[in-house]
Amino acid sequence: MKRPGIMIKDVFKRLTMKPVTSKYPAEKSPAEPGYRGKMEFYVDKCISCGMCAKDCPSFACVMEEIDGKKRPVFYLDKCMFCAQCEESCPKDAIKMTTEYELAHLAGNPQIVK
Amino acid sequence: MARVTIPIGPQHPALKEPERFMVTVEGETIVDADVRIGHIHRGLEKLFEQRTYLQNIHITERICGICSFTHSTNFCQATEYILGVEPPRRGLYLRTLMNEFERIHSHLLWLGVAGHEMGFDTLLMWSWDDRERILDLFEDITGNRVTHAFNTIGGVRRDITDAQIQRILHTMDIMEERTKAYIQVGLNEQTILKRTQGVGILTTADAKRLCAVGPRLRASNVKYDVRKNDPYAAYGELPFEVITSDTLDVHGQLVVRALELLECVKMCRYMVQNLPAGEIRVKVPRKVPPGEAISRTEAPRGEDIHYLRSNGTDKPERLKVRAPTLANILNVAHTLKGANIADIPLIVAGIDPCMGCMDRVLILDRDKESCKVMSAEQLREYSIEWYRKEAYR
Ligand code: SF4
Ligand code: SF4
Repeated sequence: MKRPGIMIKDVFKRLTMKPVTSKYPAEKSPAEPGYRGKMEFYVDKCISCGMCAKDCPSFACVMEEIDGKKRPVFYLDKCMFCAQCEESCPKDAIKMTTEYELAHLAGNPQIVK
Repeated sequence: MARVTIPIGPQHPALKEPERFMVTVEGETIVDADVRIGHIHRGLEKLFEQRTYLQNIHITERICGICSFTHSTNFCQATEYILGVEPPRRGLYLRTLMNEFERIHSHLLWLGVAGHEMGFDTLLMWSWDDRERILDLFEDITGNRVTHAFNTIGGVRRDITDAQIQRILHTMDIMEERTKAYIQVGLNEQTILKRTQGVGILTTADAKRLCAVGPRLRASNVKYDVRKNDPYAAYGELPFEVITSDTLDVHGQLVVRALELLECVKMCRYMVQNLPAGEIRVKVPRKVPPGEAISRTEAPRGEDIHYLRSNGTDKPERLKVRAPTLANILNVAHTLKGANIADIPLIVAGIDPCMGCMDRVLILDRDKESCKVMSAEQLREYSIEWYRKEAYR
């Protein structure tokens, strides 16, 4: 026997629930603690080995000459936040954070040095 | 009655992906259907040959935006087969756990899409709301919601904590309750029954003949599941049933997917409660010795196959991907015959198509406004010619 109106109970439950969506960006919506977002780069730990740039799948991390030394530079517009650079770095000079608000205007790219 | 041929698509025939169906109709009834694939070919297989194995893990994950994990599992497995390494048991369990999470989120997504195609948008809102819980789990455990970067050759990249295990168990309790509610809705709600029963019938013999895969095959009453028939990762040790349905229609697919959700919940619980201790990965060399391997996994949409050939360098020589939709698109063209025009979106959406995963090259002549089908021999000559002209790209 097919019962009609099987969803009625759920409908009433939903009527009294508070909205599932949040009022972002008026209200902050923090990422989960394990999230991989924008990386931090600790320049004093880096030994300029270039492993991070070699393993980056999207060429977001490239070695550039800064103050006479080869250093990785991260172009976040290309980055897919796979954390392969963090894993490949032998000196733990790269660390992913949970920051994800990286939108910007054209001509003002997000770069981590 | 006069026969008319009308194109459905390429602008979004069912889901928000381009694919073209040429259907010949007599009045409201479809008498013939033809599928033209090749609108979003991305050249990924060529890209794999130019990147290292390590980079390819992250690129294979981008083959599909929904079942991303199954593709990276497949690639890592194929590489492990050639290297002859076996990931530690904890690594295999975590890999399997993520595969099952992915199935839960993909099936809930399908349920919502199917609801939408039936004109039952409440189901879409509710099931996608529940899916969000799984995506949050993914975000916490793997680091991202869809492209997880969790797999690696030789195991997985992150371990899970006790707090996360508690959270998984809590989420699974909610999932079980919600899934049971959806099963009640799927079996009793008149909107669903009227819209899906008897629509898109694929008989058992036809399903076998057309090599259907996944829930479409199981809804045609064939008990076949790669997880059971050819166990990979930790599936050999897990308790679960292969769900089939004998109604052969879109409603059967809905029932198969809804009941599979319950099996997924059961498996996830078992895995986190019996998680082996120890390492999560083994170290593997960057260069892979010459060899070839085929790896199969059961993606949420069906059997997914990767063929890998290595040549001793750190880059693969060839990686061939057979995504489940490519196997299923044939039976869509078949089931469309005899259906009503209004049923097209439902039948197409029924197999849970992912056009981007499976698309192949389409050769168009812009001046003549025609497309061409090439034989293997012609393709070979074309590629030799192309490489001769442009030595390296
Ligand atoms: S997170 Fe991935 S894509 Fe981004 S810079 Fe590091 S390796 Fe490259
Ligand atoms: S891998 Fe680490 S140490 Fe080496 S260049 Fe990159 S950041 Fe520096």
